[in-house]
Amino acid sequence: MWKFIVRRLLITIPQIIILSVIVFILAQMMPGDALSGLIDPSIDPAAIEQQRERLGLNNPWYVQYADWVGGILHGDLGQSFRFKMPVTELIGQRMGNTILLSIVTLIFTYLIALPLGLISGRFNDTMLDQGITGYTYIGFATPLFIFALVMLWVFGYNLSWFPTSGSVAPGSESGTVAYWLSKVNHALLPGISMALIQVVSTVQYLRSEIIDTKQKDFILTARAKGAGEQRVYNKHIFRNSLLPIAAFFGWEITTLITGTVFVEKIFSYPGTGLLFLESITQRDFSVANSLVLIFGIAQILGALLSDIILSIVDPRIRIK
Amino acid sequence: MSNELLKIKNLSTSFRIGDEYYAAVDDVTLTLNKNEVLGIVGESGSGKSALAFSIMRLHTKAKIEGEILLNNQNIVKMSNSKLNKIRGDEMAMIFQDPLTALNPLMPIGRQIEENLFLHNKKLGQQGRKERTIELLNLVGIPRPERVYEQFPHELSGGMRQRVIIAIAIANDPELLIADEPTTALDVTIQAQILDLVRELKEKIHAGIILITHDLGVVAEMADRVAVMYAGQIVEIAPVEKLFANPLHPYTRSLLNSVPTEGQDRLHVIQGVVPTLKNLPRKGCRFAERIPWIDASHHEENPELHEVESGHFVRCTCYEHFYFPDNKEEQANGVS
Repeated sequence: MWKFIVRRLLITIPQIIILSVIVFILAQMMPGDALSGLIDPSIDPAAIEQQRERLGLNNPWYVQYADWVGGILHGDLGQSFRFKMPVTELIGQRMGNTILLSIVTLIFTYLIALPLGLISGRFNDTMLDQGITGYTYIGFATPLFIFALVMLWVFGYNLSWFPTSGSVAPGSESGTVAYWLSKVNHALLPGISMALIQVVSTVQYLRSEIIDTKQKDFILTARAKGAGEQRVYNKHIFRNSLLPIAAFFGWEITTLITGTVFVEKIFSYPGTGLLFLESITQRDFSVANSLVLIFGIAQILGALLSDIILSIVDPRIRIK
Repeated sequence: MSNELLKIKNLSTSFRIGDEYYAAVDDVTLTLNKNEVLGIVGESGSGKSALAFSIMRLHTKAKIEGEILLNNQNIVKMSNSKLNKIRGDEMAMIFQDPLTALNPLMPIGRQIEENLFLHNKKLGQQGRKERTIELLNLVGIPRPERVYEQFPHELSGGMRQRVIIAIAIANDPELLIADEPTTALDVTIQAQILDLVRELKEKIHAGIILITHDLGVVAEMADRVAVMYAGQIVEIAPVEKLFANPLHPYTRSLLNSVPTEGQDRLHVIQGVVPTLKNLPRKGCRFAERIPWIDASHHEENPELHEVESGHFVRCTCYEHFYFPDNKEEQANGVS
C-alpha cells in the first residue's frame, strides 16, 4: 500500500507545477502590473520604466516565473496593496478561519448524512425513507445563499442564538479558552447552514449504495451463516456502502475550502472565501492569484486524499 | 429415533407480481434422510433454487406456506433469533456464484471465522484461527496461512468456491444445501469441486441437497433424485431406478437431451419453462411441451403415483408417452 501512496504522491508534483504555470500565465494576461496600481500617475514614465527594469518586470516570462516560484518556495507571495501587508501573512490569518469553518461544516455534514443515509437505505420505501428523500430533494433545489440568508435572519437576528458576523467576539484575548469558544460559536451558524444543504448529495449516495449492497450475494452468504440483521448491516453492508462516500471525502474538503465563498460573504466571516471576493472586486491581484493557486493546490491534494482513503478502505485498489 | 433429517410438507413459496402471489414452489413434499444425498434437477426456472432458499429461509419477500421440519423444528414458523442459531450451524448452504458470494472487503480468514464466532462462542480467537486453517486444508486450499490473510479478489473462482464450501461446513452442519455449486466454474474446476463435495460427504456425514441441472453430476453423486418442473416434483426415485427406468415425459426428455457419442444432432425439449405468471395451474403442467400426446392421457389433477417402491411419478401421461419420429408430428401436436 505504501508503494501506491508514494506513486500517487509523485503524480501530484507535475500537477502542481502545471497548475502554477497556468496561474502565472493568467496573472500575466491581466492588464496592468504591480506598478500601475501602486504609483501616483503623475510620476515621470521614464522613472516608472526604470523601476520596472529594477523589479525585473521587463524580463522574459520564464525568468519572471522562476522568480515568482522562487519567492513562493521561500514563503513569499508578494504584497497586498490594499492591506499593505505580505500576502502570506494575510492569507495565513484568514486560512485559519476557513479551516475552522470547514471542520465545523464537515462534522455537521457527516453527523447528519451518515444516520440519515443509513436509515433511508436500510428502511427504503417506508414513510421514514420518503421523508428523508423529500428533504434531500428540497436541499438540492434550495440555493445555499438564500438558505444561509434565511438561517441568518431567523437564528441570528430574530432569535439571537448565534452571532451574526465576524469570526470572534471583539475584545476576546487570543489564546484563551473563551477566545476559542467564541471562534467556534461564530463558525456554528454558517457551518450548520452549509452542512444542511451540502449533506443531501451524501445522503443520496449512501442511500442508493446501501440499497444496492443489501441485494448483493455476499449478504446472502452472511445471512446463511446465521448473522443477525444488525450484524449484517454493521459488518457487511455498511463498510461496502461507504466506499463512494470515502472517495467523496477529499472532494468534500476541497469544495469546502473553495465553496465557503458565499457563506463567508453572507455571514461577513473573515475567511479566504471572503478575502477572495474582496481581492477581485478591489483588484488586489497578488492576493487573488495566490488564492487561485492555493485553491488549485487544495483541489489536487483533495483528490490525493480521496485516493489514499479509498486505498485504505478498499483492498482491491492497492493491487493496481 | 428416526433417520429423517428434513421433512418438507406441502411447501409453497409464492412471490408477488403486481397484486397477486404466484407460487414458484407449488405444494412440494419430500424428505431427506441423514447422510443421504438428494439431487434436485430441472431446467432454469423450475423452482429448484426457490426451494433451496425456502429451506434456508433466505427469501425476504416471499410468502411461504406449509412445513419445513429440520430435526422436527419448523423453519417456516421459527423466530428470527432461533433461525439464526440454526443457519450456519445445523444447516448451511453453498452458493452458486463464488465470484459474488464473498464479501470483497473482508479477508478470507475472517469470513470463515465469522461463522465459527456466531455459533461457537467457546472457541477463542486462537481456536477460531486454528479451525479456519484446518478448514482451508480440508477443502484443499494450498498454503492456507497465506490465504487466511488474503482478500477474495486475490483468489481464482475455484479457490473462492472452496472458501465458500469451507464457510458452509465450518460448524459441521447436518444439512448442507448445494445450489448449483459448479455452474459458474470452468469444466476442469467443476470436476475438482465435485470431487471435493464427494470427499466431504464421507467426512462430515451431512444430509446433502444437491441442486443442479447436470444429470451427469446427479448420476454420480446422488442417492435419490427429485425432478422438478414448474414448481412441482414430477418424479422422485432412487438414483439407479430413475436412470434405469425413467418414467415421466419430462425426465425422459431431459435424459434424451443429454448428448451421446455418435449423435449428429442434439435433442431438445420443445418450448421453454413457462414464466411464473403464466404457469398452468390446472392439469399436467408439462402438457403444453408435449403437444403430440393426446389431452385425454393427462390427469385432471395430476398427483404423484408410486409405481415401484420409492419411485413416484406425477400424472398418468407417462404411460402413453413416446418420442415422435419426425419434426412435423412434434410441431403439429396430433398423433
